[in-house]
Amino acid sequence: MQYETREHDVLVIGAGGAGLRAAIEASAAGVKVGLICKSLLGKAHTVMAEGGMAAAMANVDDRDSWRVHFADTMRGGGYLNNWRMAELHAKEAPDRVRELEAWGALFDRTKDGRILQRNFGGHRYPRLAHVGDRTGLEMIRTLQDHGIHLGLDVFMETTVTTLLQDDGRVVGCVGYDRQRGYVIVFKARAVVIATGGIGRAFKITSNSWEYTGDGQSLAYQAGADLMDMEFVQFHPTGMVWPPSVRGILVTEGVRGEGGILKNKEGRRFMFDDIPDLYKNQVATDPEEGWRYTQGDKNARRPPELLTRDHVARCINREVKAGRGSPHGGVFLDIAWIKEKLPNAEEHIKKKLPSMYHQFIKLAGVDITKEPMEIGPTTHYMMGGVRVDGDTQMSSVPGLFAAGEAAAGLHGANRLGGNSLSDLLVFGKRAGEYAAKWAKDNSAGRIDESKVDGAIKDMLAPFDREAGENPYTIQHELQDFMQKLVGIVRQESELVEAVGLIEKLKERAPKVSVAGNREYNAGWHTALDLSSLLTVAEAITRSAIERKESRGAQFREDYPKKDAAYGTFNYVTSKGPDGQMQIRKETIRELPAELAQVIKENE
Amino acid sequence: MPKATFRISRGDAKGSQFVDYSTEVEDGMVVLDAVHQIQAESAGDMAVRWNCKAGKCGSCSAEINGMPKLMCMTRLSDLPLDQPVTIEPLKAFPRIRDLVTDVSWNYEVKKKIKKFKPRAPDAPDGTWRIQQEDVERVQEFRKCIECYLCQDVCHVLRDHRLHPEFIGPRFLIYTAALEMHPLDTEDRLADLKKRDGIGYCNITKCCTKVCPEEIHITDNGIIPLKERVVDRYYDPLKRFLRVITGGD
Repeated sequence: MQYETREHDVLVIGAGGAGLRAAIEASAAGVKVGLICKSLLGKAHTVMAEGGMAAAMANVDDRDSWRVHFADTMRGGGYLNNWRMAELHAKEAPDRVRELEAWGALFDRTKDGRILQRNFGGHRYPRLAHVGDRTGLEMIRTLQDHGIHLGLDVFMETTVTTLLQDDGRVVGCVGYDRQRGYVIVFKARAVVIATGGIGRAFKITSNSWEYTGDGQSLAYQAGADLMDMEFVQFHPTGMVWPPSVRGILVTEGVRGEGGILKNKEGRRFMFDDIPDLYKNQVATDPEEGWRYTQGDKNARRPPELLTRDHVARCINREVKAGRGSPHGGVFLDIAWIKEKLPNAEEHIKKKLPSMYHQFIKLAGVDITKEPMEIGPTTHYMMGGVRVDGDTQMSSVPGLFAAGEAAAGLHGANRLGGNSLSDLLVFGKRAGEYAAKWAKDNSAGRIDESKVDGAIKDMLAPFDREAGENPYTIQHELQDFMQKLVGIVRQESELVEAVGLIEKLKERAPKVSVAGNREYNAGWHTALDLSSLLTVAEAITRSAIERKESRGAQFREDYPKKDAAYGTFNYVTSKGPDGQMQIRKETIRELPAELAQVIKENE
Repeated sequence: MPKATFRISRGDAKGSQFVDYSTEVEDGMVVLDAVHQIQAESAGDMAVRWNCKAGKCGSCSAEINGMPKLMCMTRLSDLPLDQPVTIEPLKAFPRIRDLVTDVSWNYEVKKKIKKFKPRAPDAPDGTWRIQQEDVERVQEFRKCIECYLCQDVCHVLRDHRLHPEFIGPRFLIYTAALEMHPLDTEDRLADLKKRDGIGYCNITKCCTKVCPEEIHITDNGIIPLKERVVDRYYDPLKRFLRVITGGD
């Protein structure tokens, strides 16, 4: 079999925020770094992040500190978080943001010229450093423009299908160039997975085509543990109309700037259901909520800024009860602030420029004059590769993971703004420790028969004739995952979904594709199926095991939180017989100091 | 549902032809939706590059009815559907296959531009103080999503193929963002004049017209850079001083 061979000390798979930050750090440690991206450099899903990155810099409210940020993150995560990660994240995020500024990022400013911070759901104080509503673009471009001067070997439009191992340890991978279709074998002493999420397993999603769970699946196939796979975040506000844009994200920043949710009767339904955990933190009336969004330190947040899981479920409830908008969502209204601000129209355009642009262009709606129609959309994977909190190494030696592909920081539900800071904090750590691992370990041996097998699997869809169309399988999976494993779950539907996944697992290896290997979308879709099916199965099987409602998982048949489920995580791994196994792993006891931090912030 | 015809340019660097595809269209669809539908129905191997489908990543650039646009932000309702909608790849770069071009030249150009070099932090806490109004001027340029539509429409690149001598509007804007960055201390004027070929731009503003982010590329970026270059290199007094001091 013909292939190219490339050799690096550290190989990073994925070039969004986490991958770029890992590559930069590893490179700074003096090792040779390869960076693989599935699309062109600078196009990864990080560009879509809008609201900002959470870091307790206390520029806007000096009551903020890492302690409050830590407590907020743990509360939001239903206390299933890897507390060590939540601690490191809260402590290190401010430095990572300042570092970005030193590399050229230009954040919005406070009056005295410091980095401005905005309110977001679940964060007690204004904490999100931001650039209008295009913070992700600013971040990825800053990292990209900094990284290109560090001598990284960048492999654009390249997909990895198999990790290579030597006596258990990861020593490289096999991939293909999407543009020309040739095979590349990457040798590496350490591999960092930074491939992002799994949104494409569902029909309605804010995620791009890249999000097919490749990293989680590669790690699983190599024997690594996955964790918290039942926790898929449905963002409360995605576009619902027109059909072709269904799922595209509407930033939480709209609510942070004063946007309110209403049903078709005009009722602000979010005031009707406020969870006990947040009772003390929510405004008693709309007036107090408005003052909060305008920076009044004595006001409490409006209920629209509760955690995403809760807001998404409230919207779902309104729609199911027949109180939704014409296209099956509810109304998100920012135009109403003209009652409060004299220059509201200009203010909205300035604070939310890309939302204005997106709605005018794609839906013909002027958000400064009329409400938006929105509904929940599959947005983020809290689960992923189980890693050590300090080093980001998985249970497989030499294999690291960071960002959305890794599990732990967010527990059962992620707070908005904690993702961009996650990418930076743990991208850096993964890069640092991967470089260290690469220095401490010799190059491994590449098993040629494994390489041959991987290439054979890769090219098989061309060899088969009259097989199924890969798109058919992808669409079927997305349809039933949306219907059966979505925002509201129950046992019988989850079991049905497992049965359907098993059937697709038999059909997927029989698909065939036409044409040649150059930029062949059908072929690419065929090769993504195995990852999609692996993560879909892990999500569904984990969701069955968790017979309670917590964070992003809502079980109609077990609608209450059950304290017994608050002491462990569900871990997914490949059993000796090749079957997927789900087991419980007890959460390490919180150190007294951190327990105290949580207590003082209750 | 009504049907519409899409006349898509298919082929590679060696040659291409238009192929007509008919597919059902519905309310609110954009060109990229139609291309995906055709891909899934009848042309599984058709090459198209895309990513976010929300006008934020700048991957799906193409020429629609002859106009450089993002496929994901072009609604079918804005096109005359009683005649075929033509879709072609960008013309300023070599074609790989169908609607996908090789844009790697852009990445090489960017690498050569001197990187951001901030002044030393000057606030008591070891960071910087920057005013919002100073940030805003540069934020306009930093909105760029690198779709390269401006490069595609620029006659210096598209028609005269002067890629080796001219960096194009995208990288003039990139340089402008660095030069006008409130913290930057680097000097890129000599490069702009000589290596980057800023003189080739004759301000026809085609780039500004096609920018999906509505950046005022020419007025706010290129013209101020040209003024800086002129000010340094063509001011008679400074020219004289340079001759006697031997500076560049």
